[in-house]
Amino acid sequence: MSVFDIITHQLVNGLVLGSFYALVALGYTMIFGVIKLLNFAHGDLYMVGGFIGFLALSAISSVVGGDWPGVFVAMFLSMIAVGFLGVVIERVAYHPMLAAPRLSILITALAVSLVLQNTVLGLTGGQYQPFRSDLGFGGINLGSLFIQYNQMVLVGTAAILMIALELFVTRTQYGRAMRAVSIDKDMCQLMGINVPSVIAVTFFIGSALAAAAGTMAGAYYGSIWYFMGFLIGLKAFTAAVIGGIGSIPGAMLGGLILGLLEAFGTQIPGIGSEWKDVFSFAVLILVLVFKPTGLLGQSEQERM
Amino acid sequence: MSEEKIISSRLFGPLSGLFENRTARWTAIVAILVLMGVAPALFGQYATVILTNALLYVVLALGLNVVVGYAGLLDLGYAAFFAVGAYTVGILTQHFGFNFWLTLPFAMLAAAIAGVIIGGPTLRLRSDYLAIVTLGFGEIVRLSARNLPITGKASGLSGIEQPWLFGWHIRTPTDFYYVFCVLAIIAVVVSVRLANSRLGRAWLYVRHDEDAAEAMGINRVRVKLAAYVIGATYGSIAGAFFAVNLGAISPESFSFTQSVLILMAVILGGMGKIPGVILGAFIVILGPELLRDLGALRLLVFAVGLLLIMLFRPSGIWPGRSAAR
Repeated sequence: MSVFDIITHQLVNGLVLGSFYALVALGYTMIFGVIKLLNFAHGDLYMVGGFIGFLALSAISSVVGGDWPGVFVAMFLSMIAVGFLGVVIERVAYHPMLAAPRLSILITALAVSLVLQNTVLGLTGGQYQPFRSDLGFGGINLGSLFIQYNQMVLVGTAAILMIALELFVTRTQYGRAMRAVSIDKDMCQLMGINVPSVIAVTFFIGSALAAAAGTMAGAYYGSIWYFMGFLIGLKAFTAAVIGGIGSIPGAMLGGLILGLLEAFGTQIPGIGSEWKDVFSFAVLILVLVFKPTGLLGQSEQERM
Repeated sequence: MSEEKIISSRLFGPLSGLFENRTARWTAIVAILVLMGVAPALFGQYATVILTNALLYVVLALGLNVVVGYAGLLDLGYAAFFAVGAYTVGILTQHFGFNFWLTLPFAMLAAAIAGVIIGGPTLRLRSDYLAIVTLGFGEIVRLSARNLPITGKASGLSGIEQPWLFGWHIRTPTDFYYVFCVLAIIAVVVSVRLANSRLGRAWLYVRHDEDAAEAMGINRVRVKLAAYVIGATYGSIAGAFFAVNLGAISPESFSFTQSVLILMAVILGGMGKIPGVILGAFIVILGPELLRDLGALRLLVFAVGLLLIMLFRPSGIWPGRSAAR
């Protein structure tokens, strides 16, 4: 393969990976925006999304088939279920803790993450679960570059979801309320904004986006397991920090940048794929050291 | 209340009365020491191995308690320092022919340096960044151990020689039990002394109100970094003895689950309170022995317990006089 082939090939890989990261990073950043909490359980919502998508697909594939239409229906069902799960988690676990010290709420978030992981571990026995779908491996040749249809649909779907989110946040009443709450929650309360309901909507959307990514990742990679949310949770956080935590366009940008960095990073001599994760965490630490506000984030003076 | 009384009530909760009275305190300490001394003869070999493991966790949990309980920082990659200690001993004895006791200063130094590298930049930021950076750091250390030739890649290092101490070859489970008894006692004494020190009071102030503490002239970054590095040193010492006890180490001993178990030991019992942390370590190790039937679900039980504790009893199982929130 020529250098050009390698570059275009890794560009496609990076975009696919980056789409997953971006979708999960969006939820991280939105939830962080409204309640200033790093939701450790967010990666696990992606995992639960994968499992619910799998169950939904198994249930409906006899009716709509296991190709993309079936995957989309499964993804939609998974988004709704996980969206509500996110709202329940917020009500039960985070809401009572909002006034508690920082450390307590962080540990609570960790506990939620562990409960989700170990529940799925108990239900599945910790095995990799094959995610059966009928997605083919067809694609088109562009010169010497082969792009799967799956990759195109996946990146396209992620883009549509992100555009829809951007429109929701910038053009609707609820989106405006969400942005206002992320700036000053107390003042919003005084202005008559129903803050708990804005927080619930944020959790719903953030969790649903993670579930969409989880279902698509399951269908694309062909297997799911209880621990798959751990790594992507960390990566998505990295993406959110690169873009500037709290910034929605930042999360999209950060996700794509991280996906591309990983795809190209593994091509650097001496950094094989076994060092891929070390590479991303090193990026995270370097960003935090040199540009903690990220690319699009606002500088934050407040300490917690 | 005198300052000593305040600190003792903070550390020992309702038992602080016991610890304020000299005679009662020494009686309790002697009773615990005697019980520790006769335990192997009383409970047999299997229990001795489990108790040794529990004591290892006491040391690890007390170390993490300095970071989480004293300084109020969340560290989700504590197993990394445990790994640094274990691998430093493994590498120096295996590849460079060091005597075990000579590797200890290097293990401590390596962990302290790692603590400064990770803590230095992130402690200036929001404290929740530290939590996730430590999570990433824990993975970096584990993955590096998995991929580097010097750490034996995925199979790890084996055949680590058991040490001699003044002509005593420490090799049976009972020998190691007593070694870990001594380690745990040292860890407790150091923890008590730290809490009573100027640094310990600085941690208390920083934990309660960072800005007020800084206004009073406490350098919050330096104080937090001290907690982080001291915690790291504890972890590496525990790792060093863990390595010689098992004779073999592999990357999977230092996974995220390991970090979580240590953190659970700190929180379940009651963070910041030494008897609480010790109780937590015993719960984490003895719990699965008692609930053997649960198998893979034991972590779920702990996780639900952790969630319930955070929601309903954030100061832990160990009762405290004052709400430690």
